[in-house]
Amino acid sequence: MRKFFKIAAILACVVSFSPAQAAEKLNGAGASFPYPVYSAWAFDYHKATGVQLNYQSIGSGGGIRQITERTVDFGASDAPLTPDALAKAKLLQFPAVIGGVVPVVNIAGVKPGEMRLDAEASAKIFLGEIKYWDDGKIRALNPKLKLAHTEITVVHRSDGSGTTAVFTEYLNAVSPDWKAKVGSGTAVKWPVGIGGKGNEGVANYVQRTANSIGYVEFAYAEQNKLTYTLLKNAAGTYVTPSFAAFEDAADTGTFDPKNHFYLWLVNAPGKDSWPIAGATFILLAQEKMDANRKVVKFYDWAFKNGDAKAKELVYVPLPKSLKDKIRAYWKANGAQ
Amino acid sequence: MAVTVKRNPGDIIFFSLTAVASCTIIVFIVGIVFVLLTESSLAIQKFGVIQFLTSTEWDPVKETFGALTSIYGTIVTTALSLLIAIPVALGIAIFITEVAPNFLRAPIGIAIELLAAIPSIIYGMWGLFTLSPLMGNTVEPFLKKATASIPLVSVLFQGTPMGIDVLTASVILSIMIIPFTASIARDAFNLTPAVVKESAYALGTTKWEVVKNIVIPYSKLGVFGGILFSLGRALGETMAVAFVLGNNHRIFTSLFDSAATITVTLANEFTEADKDIYLSSLFYLALVLFVMSFVFLAIAKFFLLRAERRYSR
Repeated sequence: MRKFFKIAAILACVVSFSPAQAAEKLNGAGASFPYPVYSAWAFDYHKATGVQLNYQSIGSGGGIRQITERTVDFGASDAPLTPDALAKAKLLQFPAVIGGVVPVVNIAGVKPGEMRLDAEASAKIFLGEIKYWDDGKIRALNPKLKLAHTEITVVHRSDGSGTTAVFTEYLNAVSPDWKAKVGSGTAVKWPVGIGGKGNEGVANYVQRTANSIGYVEFAYAEQNKLTYTLLKNAAGTYVTPSFAAFEDAADTGTFDPKNHFYLWLVNAPGKDSWPIAGATFILLAQEKMDANRKVVKFYDWAFKNGDAKAKELVYVPLPKSLKDKIRAYWKANGAQ
Repeated sequence: MAVTVKRNPGDIIFFSLTAVASCTIIVFIVGIVFVLLTESSLAIQKFGVIQFLTSTEWDPVKETFGALTSIYGTIVTTALSLLIAIPVALGIAIFITEVAPNFLRAPIGIAIELLAAIPSIIYGMWGLFTLSPLMGNTVEPFLKKATASIPLVSVLFQGTPMGIDVLTASVILSIMIIPFTASIARDAFNLTPAVVKESAYALGTTKWEVVKNIVIPYSKLGVFGGILFSLGRALGETMAVAFVLGNNHRIFTSLFDSAATITVTLANEFTEADKDIYLSSLFYLALVLFVMSFVFLAIAKFFLLRAERRYSR
């Protein structure tokens, strides 16, 4: 019996160690928003190169903490870290993929893309200052729609999220009133409304609450066929949320490698830009050259081969100009 | 009293193994308290104890945090769920122990234990997709209409019924704790000596009289302890209510308002808490909950022990 245990123990050691030596493994952790696309890329990358990438979607806050403590090879965050914060934690940062946030409504008789909103109206609705759908401001933007005197129900996220960060960053950028009263962040003190947990929670509440308005990631609006609105962008055009509109925003947004690409992609100046978008970011430890090279190799591969997969999952791939900037940034920091 | 045992190696190994196993529990508790204290020290320093416990401000943007809204939400939802659950649970327990014919007792008992075994996330999903629309569309408008003319009560049912509110959360919580309360109450009722019950029946008392005058007085403390255990469970329940409470930090008066409890706040905000003081305040909230649960469970244990002592005499 004892002999049997000894043999079993030795076998167990051998079995558990051998694959660790054979396969290369990368560990990342962070934002949950890009998790589907990262894992899809990781799956294809593993097939193509044999390198395993293990990404845990524990949330942006956790991703930042883990890379700061150097327990993972890379972290991921929906919110960009400021150059100061990056310098303090000795981190590098680059965007990986872009997502958009879309206001969605549920009003009887209003179809997707029919309701037009501008920055002022959006901010006032979410501040609770516009209370009814037949408010003069909304009627002026939508002369063709028949809007009844019904109370607006605002639906926001109850959990902290990158989606909320992007959306409130947009309201911050367009409304001084919002900036003074509420501000921006992954979770804020909402003046009005009810909270749904996750994109699915908000989508669910908007779908079943008449006369409601909420905000979800573009993918959720697409997949659940929600009634998205048009938004007036900084150039004054009413834009439909679409891949083209997000790409335009990414193209005209001024990502600057000198600031480690710190940018909230809101209110982009382009003529056809969707105003509420956000890149999601990868964080690297400055001194871990070896690991960085491997992580960068993965993202370089994904930039080359992963665009179709990203689109399939309703993420917006980075425009070519931005990819080139990122490659130059990698070279400059010795990661490629 | 001490008995000297002849020490053989097997005994020593056995003793140390079981002793180590028991000590891990204490190590875990001390470890948890230690982690909660160190992680929340930043928030404790900044907000103090009194200010944190009495402030209703929870604003991650301005980085001011107070626990009162969460504590208030926790206490109200827990109290409300107990209010719903206790009568039902006692009814179940009385039915199984005294009223039901023998062939029904086992199936109902098993059904209750199964209900207790359902993971709480399933209650949460069911609450979000099934119960919440039902409450918002049918039950709550009815309650609102029914109470509209009653002066003080109508305050509790003000606002637009959405189904994402204190009432829905309390109903889900009550469904979760009913099996818990019922099975402890059943065990307590079963402690009533059969001889006493049979004597009462022999004197010609009815079932109702036996339950009222014999069973309940005998098992009072046990049932009370069971209720406190359920209270502890309701206090700490997270996933079942995280979806339907809305995580809204304010002091509410209407049961149709969305609110926040400590656990709901933690579940919703922990992953994306990006600032040190924010994270530390969440740990501080967890510490508050830990102390609350500890106190309630200690009281529960005290009553159960007293009950046991009384019967063993």
